[in-house]
Amino acid sequence: MNRSKLLFVAISFAALALFPLASSSYGIDLVTKIMIYAILALSLELLVGSTGLVCFGQAAFFGIGAYATVLLSPDYEAPSVLWLLPASMVVAAVYALIMGSLSLRTKGVYFIMVTLAFAQMAFYVIHDTPLGGGTDGIYLNAKPTIGTLLDLDKSLALYAFTLGSLVAMFGFLALLLRSRFGRALAGIRVNEQRMRATGFSTYPYKLAAFVISGGIAGLAGFLFAVKDGFVNPEMLGWHQSGAVLIMIIFGGLGHLRGALIGAFAFVLLQEFFMSEAVFGAFAKHWHLGLGLSIIASVALLPHGLVGIPSQVRERLTGRRNTARDATTAEESL
Amino acid sequence: MSQSAILLRCTDITRRWGGLVAVNRISIELERGTVHAVIGTNGAGKSTLINILSGEIDASDGRVELLGQDVTTWTQPRRARAGLGRSYQRNTIYPSFTVFENCRLSAQAMAQKPWAWWSNAQRCPVSTAAALDAAVRSGLVDLLERPAGLLSHGQKRQLEIAMCLATQPQVLLLDEPLAGMGAEETERMLALLDELKKDQAILLVEHDMDAVFRIAERITVMVNGSVLASGTPEAVRSNIDVQAAYLGGGH
Repeated sequence: MNRSKLLFVAISFAALALFPLASSSYGIDLVTKIMIYAILALSLELLVGSTGLVCFGQAAFFGIGAYATVLLSPDYEAPSVLWLLPASMVVAAVYALIMGSLSLRTKGVYFIMVTLAFAQMAFYVIHDTPLGGGTDGIYLNAKPTIGTLLDLDKSLALYAFTLGSLVAMFGFLALLLRSRFGRALAGIRVNEQRMRATGFSTYPYKLAAFVISGGIAGLAGFLFAVKDGFVNPEMLGWHQSGAVLIMIIFGGLGHLRGALIGAFAFVLLQEFFMSEAVFGAFAKHWHLGLGLSIIASVALLPHGLVGIPSQVRERLTGRRNTARDATTAEESL
Repeated sequence: MSQSAILLRCTDITRRWGGLVAVNRISIELERGTVHAVIGTNGAGKSTLINILSGEIDASDGRVELLGQDVTTWTQPRRARAGLGRSYQRNTIYPSFTVFENCRLSAQAMAQKPWAWWSNAQRCPVSTAAALDAAVRSGLVDLLERPAGLLSHGQKRQLEIAMCLATQPQVLLLDEPLAGMGAEETERMLALLDELKKDQAILLVEHDMDAVFRIAERITVMVNGSVLASGTPEAVRSNIDVQAAYLGGGH
Protein backbone atom coordinates (compact mmCIF):
# COMPACT_ATOMS: atom_id res chain seq x y z
CA MET A 1 0.00 0.00 0.00
CA ASN A 2 2.73 2.46 0.95
CA ARG A 3 4.84 1.23 -1.92
CA SER A 4 2.04 2.05 -4.31
CA LYS A 5 1.69 5.57 -2.90
CA LEU A 6 5.40 6.17 -3.33
CA LEU A 7 5.26 4.72 -6.83
CA PHE A 8 2.31 6.94 -7.72
CA VAL A 9 4.12 10.06 -6.57
CA ALA A 10 7.38 9.07 -8.29
CA ILE A 11 5.59 8.35 -11.57
CA SER A 12 3.65 11.62 -11.35
CA PHE A 13 6.79 13.67 -10.87
CA ALA A 14 8.59 11.76 -13.63
CA ALA A 15 5.66 12.41 -15.97
CA LEU A 16 5.76 16.10 -15.09
CA ALA A 17 9.48 16.16 -15.81
CA LEU A 18 8.97 14.58 -19.23
CA PHE A 19 5.82 16.52 -20.10
CA PRO A 20 7.53 19.49 -21.85
CA LEU A 21 9.07 17.11 -24.42
CA ALA A 22 5.63 16.33 -25.77
CA SER A 23 3.79 19.56 -25.14
CA SER A 24 2.95 22.82 -26.84
CA SER A 25 3.82 26.09 -25.17
CA TYR A 26 0.18 26.39 -24.14
CA GLY A 27 0.42 23.08 -22.31
CA ILE A 28 3.64 24.08 -20.58
CA ASP A 29 2.06 27.31 -19.42
CA LEU A 30 -1.05 25.51 -18.14
CA VAL A 31 0.87 22.84 -16.24
CA THR A 32 3.15 25.48 -14.74
CA LYS A 33 0.05 27.20 -13.42
CA ILE A 34 -1.32 23.94 -12.04
CA MET A 35 1.96 23.12 -10.30
CA ILE A 36 1.93 26.55 -8.66
CA TYR A 37 -1.59 25.86 -7.41
CA ALA A 38 -0.39 22.46 -6.21
CA ILE A 39 2.27 24.17 -4.08
CA LEU A 40 -0.41 26.51 -2.70
CA ALA A 41 -2.67 23.53 -2.04
CA LEU A 42 0.16 21.73 -0.22
CA SER A 43 0.63 24.76 2.02
CA LEU A 44 -3.05 24.67 2.97
CA GLU A 45 -3.01 20.90 3.40
CA LEU A 46 -0.47 21.36 6.19
CA LEU A 47 -3.03 23.46 8.07
CA VAL A 48 -6.32 21.77 7.19
CA GLY A 49 -5.44 18.15 6.56
CA SER A 50 -2.54 17.73 8.95
CA THR A 51 -3.31 20.09 11.83
CA GLY A 52 -7.08 20.39 11.54
CA LEU A 53 -7.05 24.18 11.23
CA VAL A 54 -9.53 25.20 8.55
CA CYS A 55 -7.92 28.38 7.26
CA PHE A 56 -10.11 30.40 4.92
CA GLY A 57 -7.47 33.01 4.21
CA GLN A 58 -4.72 31.16 2.39
CA ALA A 59 -4.99 33.53 -0.59
CA ALA A 60 -3.62 36.32 1.61
CA PHE A 61 -0.25 34.57 1.91
CA PHE A 62 -0.31 33.72 -1.79
CA GLY A 63 -1.13 37.26 -2.85
CA ILE A 64 1.20 38.91 -0.38
CA GLY A 65 4.04 36.69 -1.60
CA ALA A 66 3.22 37.69 -5.17
CA TYR A 67 2.96 41.41 -4.38
CA ALA A 68 6.19 41.26 -2.38
CA THR A 69 7.91 39.77 -5.43
CA VAL A 70 6.75 42.64 -7.63
CA LEU A 71 7.18 45.45 -5.11
CA LEU A 72 10.64 44.35 -3.98
CA SER A 73 11.91 44.01 -7.56
CA PRO A 74 14.08 46.88 -8.81
CA ASP A 75 12.60 48.97 -11.62
CA TYR A 76 14.87 48.06 -14.52
CA GLU A 77 17.43 45.35 -13.88
CA ALA A 78 16.48 41.72 -13.32
CA PRO A 79 16.49 40.76 -9.64
CA SER A 80 18.19 37.63 -8.38
CA VAL A 81 15.99 34.68 -7.44
CA LEU A 82 18.41 34.00 -4.61
CA TRP A 83 17.25 36.95 -2.54
CA LEU A 84 13.88 37.79 -4.05
CA LEU A 85 12.39 34.33 -3.49
CA PRO A 86 13.37 34.06 0.20
CA ALA A 87 12.29 37.66 0.74
CA SER A 88 8.84 37.02 -0.73
CA MET A 89 8.45 33.91 1.39
CA VAL A 90 9.50 35.78 4.52
CA VAL A 91 7.01 38.60 3.89
CA ALA A 92 4.19 36.06 3.47
CA ALA A 93 5.36 34.15 6.55
CA VAL A 94 5.38 37.33 8.62
CA TYR A 95 1.78 38.01 7.66
CA ALA A 96 1.00 34.41 8.59
CA LEU A 97 2.66 34.99 11.96
CA ILE A 98 0.45 38.02 12.63
CA MET A 99 -2.71 36.35 11.34
CA GLY A 100 -1.95 33.12 13.19
CA SER A 101 -1.05 34.72 16.49
CA LEU A 102 -4.48 36.37 16.69
CA SER A 103 -6.73 33.90 14.89
CA LEU A 104 -5.42 30.87 16.81
CA ARG A 105 -6.98 32.29 19.95
CA THR A 106 -10.35 31.36 18.47
CA LYS A 107 -11.77 27.95 17.62
CA GLY A 108 -14.05 26.26 15.11
CA VAL A 109 -16.23 28.45 12.96
CA TYR A 110 -14.88 31.63 14.60
CA PHE A 111 -11.40 30.63 13.52
CA ILE A 112 -12.57 30.23 9.93
CA MET A 113 -14.22 33.67 10.03
CA VAL A 114 -11.21 35.40 11.59
CA THR A 115 -8.83 33.97 8.98
CA LEU A 116 -11.26 35.13 6.29
CA ALA A 117 -11.38 38.58 7.86
CA PHE A 118 -7.59 38.86 7.92
CA ALA A 119 -7.37 37.85 4.27
CA GLN A 120 -10.07 40.35 3.28
CA MET A 121 -8.22 43.02 5.22
CA ALA A 122 -5.10 42.36 3.15
CA PHE A 123 -7.26 42.31 0.02
CA TYR A 124 -8.71 45.75 0.71
CA VAL A 125 -5.35 47.24 1.63
CA ILE A 126 -4.03 46.16 -1.77
CA HIS A 127 -7.27 46.94 -3.59
CA ASP A 128 -7.95 50.42 -2.20
CA THR A 129 -4.54 51.95 -1.66
CA PRO A 130 -2.02 53.16 -4.23
CA LEU A 131 0.58 50.84 -2.65
CA GLY A 132 -0.08 47.96 -5.00
CA GLY A 133 -1.54 49.77 -8.00
CA GLY A 134 -5.14 49.47 -6.81
CA THR A 135 -7.69 47.45 -8.78
CA ASP A 136 -5.53 47.36 -11.89
CA GLY A 137 -2.66 45.55 -10.25
CA ILE A 138 0.98 46.05 -11.22
CA TYR A 139 3.49 44.62 -13.64
CA LEU A 140 6.77 42.94 -12.89
CA ASN A 141 9.30 44.85 -14.96
CA ALA A 142 12.02 42.23 -15.23
CA LYS A 143 11.78 38.54 -14.43
CA PRO A 144 14.21 37.28 -11.80
CA THR A 145 17.30 35.29 -12.73
CA ILE A 146 20.18 33.45 -11.13
CA GLY A 147 23.15 34.98 -12.99
CA THR A 148 23.32 33.33 -16.39
CA LEU A 149 22.33 29.96 -14.93
CA LEU A 150 18.59 30.45 -14.83
CA ASP A 151 16.31 32.96 -16.52
CA LEU A 152 12.73 32.66 -15.35
CA ASP A 153 11.56 34.69 -18.32
CA LYS A 154 11.94 31.53 -20.40
CA SER A 155 8.86 29.39 -19.98
CA LEU A 156 10.79 26.13 -19.95
CA ALA A 157 13.14 27.40 -17.26
CA LEU A 158 10.17 28.53 -15.19
CA TYR A 159 8.53 25.16 -15.70
CA ALA A 160 11.62 23.35 -14.46
CA PHE A 161 12.03 25.71 -11.52
CA THR A 162 8.36 25.33 -10.54
CA LEU A 163 8.56 21.54 -10.77
CA GLY A 164 11.74 21.61 -8.66
CA SER A 165 9.97 23.79 -6.07
CA LEU A 166 6.96 21.46 -6.02
CA VAL A 167 9.11 18.35 -5.53
CA ALA A 168 11.13 20.11 -2.82
CA MET A 169 8.03 21.26 -0.92
CA PHE A 170 6.41 17.85 -1.28
CA GLY A 171 9.52 16.14 0.08
CA PHE A 172 9.91 18.70 2.85
CA LEU A 173 6.32 18.23 4.04
CA ALA A 174 6.55 14.43 3.84
CA LEU A 175 9.57 14.53 6.14
CA LEU A 176 8.01 17.18 8.36
CA LEU A 177 4.85 15.15 8.90
CA ARG A 178 6.71 12.05 10.09
CA SER A 179 8.91 14.10 12.44
CA ARG A 180 8.08 14.80 16.07
CA PHE A 181 6.70 18.18 15.02
CA GLY A 182 4.43 16.57 12.45
CA ARG A 183 3.24 13.92 14.89
CA ALA A 184 2.39 16.65 17.38
CA LEU A 185 0.35 18.44 14.70
CA ALA A 186 -1.51 15.19 14.02
CA GLY A 187 -2.18 14.82 17.74
CA ILE A 188 -3.55 18.36 17.84
CA ARG A 189 -5.87 17.55 14.94
CA VAL A 190 -7.20 14.41 16.58
CA ASN A 191 -7.41 15.51 20.21
CA GLU A 192 -5.99 18.85 21.25
CA GLN A 193 -7.29 18.63 24.82
CA ARG A 194 -5.36 15.41 25.35
CA MET A 195 -2.23 16.93 23.85
CA ARG A 196 -2.34 19.75 26.38
CA ALA A 197 -2.96 17.34 29.24
CA THR A 198 0.04 15.34 28.07
CA GLY A 199 2.36 18.35 28.18
CA PHE A 200 2.31 19.89 24.72
CA SER A 201 1.83 23.66 24.59
CA THR A 202 -0.28 23.47 21.47
CA TYR A 203 -0.41 27.18 20.59
CA PRO A 204 3.25 27.52 19.54
CA TYR A 205 2.92 24.35 17.49
CA LYS A 206 -0.09 25.67 15.62
CA LEU A 207 1.55 29.04 15.13
CA ALA A 208 4.67 27.39 13.69
CA ALA A 209 2.47 25.42 11.29
CA PHE A 210 0.85 28.70 10.24
CA VAL A 211 4.19 30.38 9.55
CA ILE A 212 5.52 27.42 7.55
CA SER A 213 2.27 27.28 5.59
CA GLY A 214 2.42 31.02 4.93
CA GLY A 215 6.00 30.75 3.69
CA ILE A 216 5.13 27.95 1.26
CA ALA A 217 2.10 29.88 0.01
CA GLY A 218 4.47 32.84 -0.46
CA LEU A 219 6.63 30.64 -2.67
CA ALA A 220 3.57 29.87 -4.78
CA GLY A 221 2.84 33.61 -4.94
CA PHE A 222 6.37 34.34 -6.11
CA LEU A 223 6.07 31.76 -8.89
CA PHE A 224 2.68 33.08 -9.95
CA ALA A 225 3.90 36.67 -10.13
CA VAL A 226 6.90 35.57 -12.19
CA LYS A 227 4.78 33.41 -14.50
CA ASP A 228 2.25 36.11 -15.34
CA GLY A 229 4.59 39.06 -14.89
CA PHE A 230 1.59 40.73 -13.32
CA VAL A 231 -0.30 40.72 -10.04
CA ASN A 232 -3.79 41.95 -9.16
CA PRO A 233 -5.87 42.09 -5.98
CA GLU A 234 -8.01 39.11 -7.04
CA MET A 235 -5.11 36.88 -6.01
CA LEU A 236 -5.89 37.76 -2.37
CA GLY A 237 -9.66 37.49 -2.68
CA TRP A 238 -11.81 34.99 -0.85
CA HIS A 239 -12.63 33.27 -4.15
CA GLN A 240 -9.01 32.27 -4.31
CA SER A 241 -9.00 31.02 -0.70
CA GLY A 242 -12.13 29.03 -1.42
CA ALA A 243 -10.69 27.55 -4.60
CA VAL A 244 -7.62 26.18 -2.78
CA LEU A 245 -9.80 24.79 -0.03
CA ILE A 246 -11.91 23.02 -2.65
CA MET A 247 -8.77 21.65 -4.31
CA ILE A 248 -7.59 19.86 -1.19
CA ILE A 249 -11.04 18.59 -0.25
CA PHE A 250 -11.59 17.43 -3.82
CA GLY A 251 -8.22 15.68 -3.85
CA GLY A 252 -8.65 14.14 -0.42
CA LEU A 253 -7.74 15.62 2.97
CA GLY A 254 -5.01 14.06 5.05
CA HIS A 255 -2.78 13.08 2.15
CA LEU A 256 -0.11 15.22 0.53
CA ARG A 257 -0.83 13.70 -2.85
CA GLY A 258 -4.46 14.76 -2.36
CA ALA A 259 -3.30 18.37 -2.73
CA LEU A 260 -1.46 17.47 -5.91
CA ILE A 261 -4.33 15.52 -7.42
CA GLY A 262 -6.86 18.12 -6.29
CA ALA A 263 -4.98 21.00 -7.93
CA PHE A 264 -4.74 19.11 -11.22
CA ALA A 265 -8.34 17.92 -11.15
CA PHE A 266 -9.71 21.35 -10.23
CA VAL A 267 -7.86 23.34 -12.87
CA LEU A 268 -8.33 20.75 -15.61
CA LEU A 269 -12.03 20.52 -14.83
CA GLN A 270 -12.22 24.29 -14.99
CA GLU A 271 -10.44 24.28 -18.37
CA PHE A 272 -12.80 21.55 -19.57
CA PHE A 273 -15.97 23.46 -18.71
CA MET A 274 -14.50 26.67 -20.14
CA SER A 275 -13.65 25.01 -23.43
CA GLU A 276 -15.74 26.32 -26.30
CA ALA A 277 -14.68 23.34 -28.41
CA VAL A 278 -16.72 21.10 -26.08
CA PHE A 279 -19.52 23.31 -24.84
CA GLY A 280 -19.80 25.97 -27.52
CA ALA A 281 -21.66 29.04 -26.37
CA PHE A 282 -22.51 27.36 -23.07
CA ALA A 283 -18.82 27.51 -22.11
CA LYS A 284 -19.34 30.95 -20.58
CA HIS A 285 -21.47 29.27 -17.91
CA TRP A 286 -18.49 27.14 -16.84
CA HIS A 287 -19.09 28.00 -13.16
CA LEU A 288 -22.24 25.91 -13.27
CA GLY A 289 -20.56 22.79 -14.59
CA LEU A 290 -17.61 23.12 -12.21
CA GLY A 291 -19.87 23.74 -9.24
CA LEU A 292 -22.11 20.76 -10.00
CA SER A 293 -19.17 18.42 -10.44
CA ILE A 294 -17.70 19.55 -7.12
CA ILE A 295 -21.01 19.00 -5.36
CA ALA A 296 -21.24 15.56 -6.96
CA SER A 297 -17.72 14.67 -5.91
CA VAL A 298 -18.26 15.74 -2.31
CA ALA A 299 -21.47 13.70 -2.17
CA LEU A 300 -20.05 10.58 -3.84
CA LEU A 301 -16.40 10.67 -2.74
CA PRO A 302 -16.26 11.31 1.01
CA HIS A 303 -12.48 10.75 1.00
CA GLY A 304 -11.84 12.71 -2.17
CA LEU A 305 -10.20 11.46 -5.35
CA VAL A 306 -7.43 9.86 -3.28
CA GLY A 307 -10.01 7.63 -1.60
CA ILE A 308 -11.39 6.11 -4.82
CA PRO A 309 -9.20 2.95 -4.82
CA SER A 310 -10.09 2.02 -1.25
CA GLN A 311 -13.74 2.90 -1.88
CA VAL A 312 -13.78 0.52 -4.84
CA ARG A 313 -12.04 -2.16 -2.79
CA GLU A 314 -14.62 -1.79 -0.03
CA ARG A 315 -17.43 -2.09 -2.55
CA LEU A 316 -15.89 -5.25 -4.01
CA THR A 317 -14.96 -7.02 -0.78
CA GLY A 318 -17.72 -5.57 1.37
CA ARG A 319 -15.13 -4.95 4.07
CA ARG A 320 -14.44 -1.62 5.64
CA ASN A 321 -10.90 -0.46 5.81
CA THR A 322 -9.77 0.10 9.37
CA ALA A 323 -8.88 3.71 9.93
CA ARG A 324 -5.23 4.13 10.72
CA ASP A 325 -3.33 7.38 10.81
CA ALA A 326 -0.13 7.83 8.87
CA THR A 327 3.06 7.70 10.92
CA THR A 328 5.70 7.36 8.23
CA ALA A 329 6.66 9.63 5.36
CA GLU A 330 5.33 7.13 2.83
CA GLU A 331 1.98 6.89 4.58
CA SER A 332 1.52 10.64 4.64
CA LEU A 333 1.97 11.03 0.89
CA MET B 1 13.09 13.08 48.17
CA SER B 2 12.00 10.65 50.85
CA GLN B 3 9.60 7.82 50.14
CA SER B 4 6.79 9.48 52.05
CA ALA B 5 7.20 12.88 50.42
CA ILE B 6 4.09 14.83 49.59
CA LEU B 7 4.11 15.20 45.82
CA LEU B 8 1.01 17.30 45.37
CA ARG B 9 -0.66 19.59 47.82
CA CYS B 10 -3.60 21.86 47.24
CA THR B 11 -4.76 24.35 49.81
CA ASP B 12 -8.21 25.91 50.02
CA ILE B 13 -9.02 25.33 46.36
CA THR B 14 -12.25 27.09 45.42
CA ARG B 15 -14.01 27.37 42.09
CA ARG B 16 -17.06 29.53 41.56
CA TRP B 17 -19.19 29.51 38.42
CA GLY B 18 -21.05 32.76 38.85
CA GLY B 19 -22.99 32.30 42.07
CA LEU B 20 -22.50 28.52 42.19
CA VAL B 21 -19.61 27.23 44.25
CA ALA B 22 -18.57 24.02 42.49
CA VAL B 23 -15.56 23.41 44.68
CA ASN B 24 -15.35 24.99 48.11
CA ARG B 25 -12.08 25.29 50.04
CA ILE B 26 -10.72 21.84 49.31
CA SER B 27 -7.32 20.89 50.70
CA ILE B 28 -5.76 17.59 49.74
CA GLU B 29 -2.29 16.08 50.01
CA LEU B 30 -1.04 13.28 47.79
CA GLU B 31 1.84 11.18 49.07
CA ARG B 32 4.10 8.96 47.07
CA GLY B 33 3.12 5.32 47.52
CA THR B 34 -0.52 5.98 48.29
CA VAL B 35 -3.85 6.10 46.56
CA HIS B 36 -6.02 8.94 47.70
CA ALA B 37 -9.59 8.34 46.61
CA VAL B 38 -12.17 11.09 46.22
CA ILE B 39 -15.75 9.90 46.34
CA GLY B 40 -19.04 11.70 46.24
CA THR B 41 -22.31 11.84 44.39
CA ASN B 42 -22.61 13.16 40.85
CA GLY B 43 -22.11 16.91 40.83
CA ALA B 44 -20.12 16.90 44.06
CA GLY B 45 -17.24 18.62 42.25
CA LYS B 46 -14.85 15.70 41.87
CA SER B 47 -14.11 16.20 38.20
CA THR B 48 -13.87 19.95 38.68
CA LEU B 49 -11.27 19.30 41.35
CA ILE B 50 -9.22 17.17 38.94
CA ASN B 51 -9.57 19.81 36.25
CA ILE B 52 -8.25 22.44 38.64
CA LEU B 53 -5.36 20.32 39.87
CA SER B 54 -4.29 19.45 36.34
CA GLY B 55 -4.59 23.08 35.24
CA GLU B 56 -7.36 22.56 32.73
CA ILE B 57 -9.44 25.20 34.48
CA ASP B 58 -8.29 27.93 36.84
CA ALA B 59 -9.12 27.98 40.50
CA SER B 60 -10.96 31.06 41.72
CA ASP B 61 -9.00 30.78 44.92
CA GLY B 62 -6.40 28.67 46.59
CA ARG B 63 -2.99 27.27 45.87
CA VAL B 64 -1.58 24.17 44.15
CA GLU B 65 1.91 22.85 44.88
CA LEU B 66 3.55 20.19 42.75
CA LEU B 67 6.79 18.60 44.00
CA GLY B 68 7.25 21.51 46.38
CA GLN B 69 6.77 24.22 43.71
CA ASP B 70 3.88 26.62 43.58
CA VAL B 71 2.24 25.82 40.23
CA THR B 72 -1.03 27.72 40.74
CA THR B 73 -0.40 30.03 37.77
CA TRP B 74 1.14 27.38 35.51
CA THR B 75 -0.63 26.26 32.34
CA GLN B 76 -1.78 22.68 31.98
CA PRO B 77 1.00 21.66 29.53
CA ARG B 78 3.64 23.07 31.88
CA ARG B 79 2.25 21.17 34.86
CA ALA B 80 2.14 18.02 32.74
CA ARG B 81 5.79 18.39 31.79
CA ALA B 82 6.64 18.88 35.46
CA GLY B 83 5.24 15.44 36.27
CA LEU B 84 1.48 15.66 36.55
CA GLY B 85 -0.43 13.09 34.52
CA ARG B 86 -4.18 12.73 34.23
CA SER B 87 -6.75 10.48 32.65
CA TYR B 88 -10.25 11.43 31.62
CA GLN B 89 -13.62 10.11 32.67
CA ARG B 90 -14.56 9.63 29.03
CA ASN B 91 -12.01 8.08 26.73
CA THR B 92 -9.83 10.76 25.19
CA ILE B 93 -7.43 8.65 23.21
CA TYR B 94 -6.35 9.29 19.61
CA PRO B 95 -8.68 6.79 17.91
CA SER B 96 -7.07 6.88 14.46
CA PHE B 97 -3.56 6.23 15.82
CA THR B 98 -2.23 2.79 16.71
CA VAL B 99 -1.96 1.83 20.37
CA PHE B 100 1.79 2.25 20.14
CA GLU B 101 1.54 5.70 18.55
CA ASN B 102 -0.94 6.78 21.25
CA CYS B 103 1.70 5.94 23.84
CA ARG B 104 4.64 7.19 21.80
CA LEU B 105 3.09 10.58 21.11
CA SER B 106 2.33 10.97 24.82
CA ALA B 107 5.90 10.06 25.67
CA GLN B 108 7.13 12.55 23.09
CA ALA B 109 5.87 15.34 25.35
CA MET B 110 8.95 14.73 27.47
CA ALA B 111 11.33 15.05 24.49
CA GLN B 112 9.52 17.34 22.06
CA LYS B 113 12.36 18.63 19.84
CA PRO B 114 9.95 20.17 17.32
CA TRP B 115 12.77 21.75 15.31
CA ALA B 116 14.19 18.39 14.19
CA TRP B 117 11.95 18.26 11.11
CA TRP B 118 14.17 15.85 9.20
CA SER B 119 14.30 13.15 11.87
CA ASN B 120 11.75 10.37 12.02
CA ALA B 121 9.53 10.48 15.11
CA GLN B 122 9.25 6.69 15.05
CA ARG B 123 12.99 6.48 15.62
CA CYS B 124 13.02 8.83 18.61
CA PRO B 125 14.72 6.58 21.17
CA VAL B 126 13.35 8.35 24.24
CA SER B 127 9.68 8.25 23.29
CA THR B 128 9.70 4.77 21.74
CA ALA B 129 11.31 3.27 24.86
CA ALA B 130 8.92 5.04 27.23
CA ALA B 131 5.93 4.07 25.06
CA LEU B 132 6.89 0.41 25.00
CA ASP B 133 7.46 0.43 28.75
CA ALA B 134 4.05 2.02 29.36
CA ALA B 135 2.33 -0.48 27.06
CA VAL B 136 3.99 -3.40 28.82
CA ARG B 137 3.09 -2.14 32.28
CA SER B 138 -0.54 -1.59 31.37
CA GLY B 139 -0.89 -4.93 29.62
CA LEU B 140 -1.30 -3.72 26.05
CA VAL B 141 1.91 -5.07 24.59
CA ASP B 142 0.09 -7.55 22.33
CA LEU B 143 -2.05 -4.83 20.78
CA LEU B 144 0.60 -2.30 19.77
CA GLU B 145 -0.30 -2.13 16.10
CA ARG B 146 -4.07 -2.05 16.55
CA PRO B 147 -5.81 1.28 15.80
CA ALA B 148 -6.92 2.55 19.20
CA GLY B 149 -10.45 3.18 18.01
CA LEU B 150 -10.95 -0.57 17.55
CA LEU B 151 -10.08 -1.50 21.14
CA SER B 152 -12.72 -2.76 23.56
CA HIS B 153 -13.95 -0.34 26.20
CA GLY B 154 -11.78 -1.90 28.91
CA GLN B 155 -8.74 -1.83 26.69
CA LYS B 156 -9.35 1.85 25.95
CA ARG B 157 -9.38 2.53 29.70
CA GLN B 158 -6.09 0.65 29.96
CA LEU B 159 -4.73 2.73 27.12
CA GLU B 160 -5.76 5.90 28.97
CA ILE B 161 -3.55 4.79 31.85
CA ALA B 162 -0.76 3.72 29.51
CA MET B 163 -0.76 7.19 27.91
CA CYS B 164 -0.47 8.74 31.36
CA LEU B 165 2.40 6.43 32.25
CA ALA B 166 4.24 7.14 29.02
CA THR B 167 4.90 10.68 30.22
CA GLN B 168 6.49 9.19 33.35
CA PRO B 169 4.52 11.32 35.78
CA GLN B 170 5.10 11.61 39.52
CA VAL B 171 1.46 12.27 40.25
CA LEU B 172 -1.49 10.57 38.54
CA LEU B 173 -4.97 12.03 38.58
CA LEU B 174 -7.38 9.32 37.47
CA ASP B 175 -10.97 10.22 36.73
CA GLU B 176 -13.12 7.10 37.07
CA PRO B 177 -10.74 4.61 35.47
CA LEU B 178 -13.11 1.73 36.33
CA ALA B 179 -16.23 3.24 34.76
CA GLY B 180 -18.07 0.74 32.58
CA MET B 181 -15.61 -2.08 33.20
CA GLY B 182 -16.49 -5.73 33.71
CA ALA B 183 -15.41 -7.65 36.82
CA GLU B 184 -12.36 -9.17 35.21
CA GLU B 185 -11.20 -5.88 33.71
CA THR B 186 -11.73 -4.17 37.07
CA GLU B 187 -9.48 -6.74 38.75
CA ARG B 188 -6.77 -6.17 36.17
CA MET B 189 -7.00 -2.40 36.55
CA LEU B 190 -6.84 -2.60 40.35
CA ALA B 191 -3.76 -4.79 40.14
CA LEU B 192 -2.23 -2.22 37.82
CA LEU B 193 -3.03 0.67 40.18
CA ASP B 194 -1.57 -1.31 43.07
CA GLU B 195 1.61 -1.70 41.06
CA LEU B 196 1.71 1.96 40.04
CA LYS B 197 1.28 3.45 43.48
CA LYS B 198 4.68 2.13 44.56
CA ASP B 199 6.43 4.94 42.70
CA GLN B 200 3.68 7.48 42.27
CA ALA B 201 1.08 9.41 44.15
CA ILE B 202 -2.40 8.68 42.81
CA LEU B 203 -5.60 10.64 43.14
CA LEU B 204 -8.48 8.37 42.26
CA VAL B 205 -11.98 9.61 41.57
CA GLU B 206 -14.23 6.59 41.47
CA HIS B 207 -17.80 5.43 41.98
CA ASP B 208 -17.05 1.76 42.59
CA MET B 209 -17.10 1.72 46.42
CA ASP B 210 -15.80 -1.83 46.81
CA ALA B 211 -12.78 -0.99 44.70
CA VAL B 212 -12.18 2.28 46.50
CA PHE B 213 -12.25 0.74 49.97
CA ARG B 214 -9.96 -2.04 48.79
CA ILE B 215 -7.25 0.06 47.23
CA ALA B 216 -7.21 3.49 48.86
CA GLU B 217 -5.05 4.51 51.78
CA ARG B 218 -7.00 7.70 52.26
CA ILE B 219 -10.49 8.66 51.25
CA THR B 220 -12.02 12.10 50.94
CA VAL B 221 -15.79 12.37 50.71
CA MET B 222 -17.17 15.38 48.84
CA VAL B 223 -20.69 16.71 49.02
CA ASN B 224 -21.81 19.81 47.13
CA GLY B 225 -18.27 20.95 46.51
CA SER B 226 -17.12 20.67 50.13
CA VAL B 227 -15.26 18.01 52.08
CA LEU B 228 -17.61 16.05 54.30
CA ALA B 229 -15.02 13.73 55.74
CA SER B 230 -11.45 12.70 55.07
CA GLY B 231 -9.28 9.97 56.52
CA THR B 232 -8.46 6.28 56.41
CA PRO B 233 -11.03 3.92 54.88
CA GLU B 234 -12.01 2.66 58.37
CA ALA B 235 -12.51 6.17 59.71
CA VAL B 236 -14.57 7.20 56.69
CA ARG B 237 -16.67 4.05 56.81
CA SER B 238 -17.55 4.60 60.44
CA ASN B 239 -18.17 8.31 60.06
CA ILE B 240 -21.81 9.04 60.96
CA ASP B 241 -22.14 11.98 58.54
CA VAL B 242 -20.84 9.92 55.65
CA GLN B 243 -23.19 7.09 56.42
CA ALA B 244 -26.10 9.47 56.49
CA ALA B 245 -25.20 11.52 53.46
CA TYR B 246 -23.61 9.12 51.11
CA LEU B 247 -23.22 5.47 51.92
CA GLY B 248 -26.78 5.06 53.06
CA GLY B 249 -27.85 3.63 56.38
CA GLY B 250 -27.50 -0.01 55.44
CA HIS B 251 -23.95 0.16 54.14
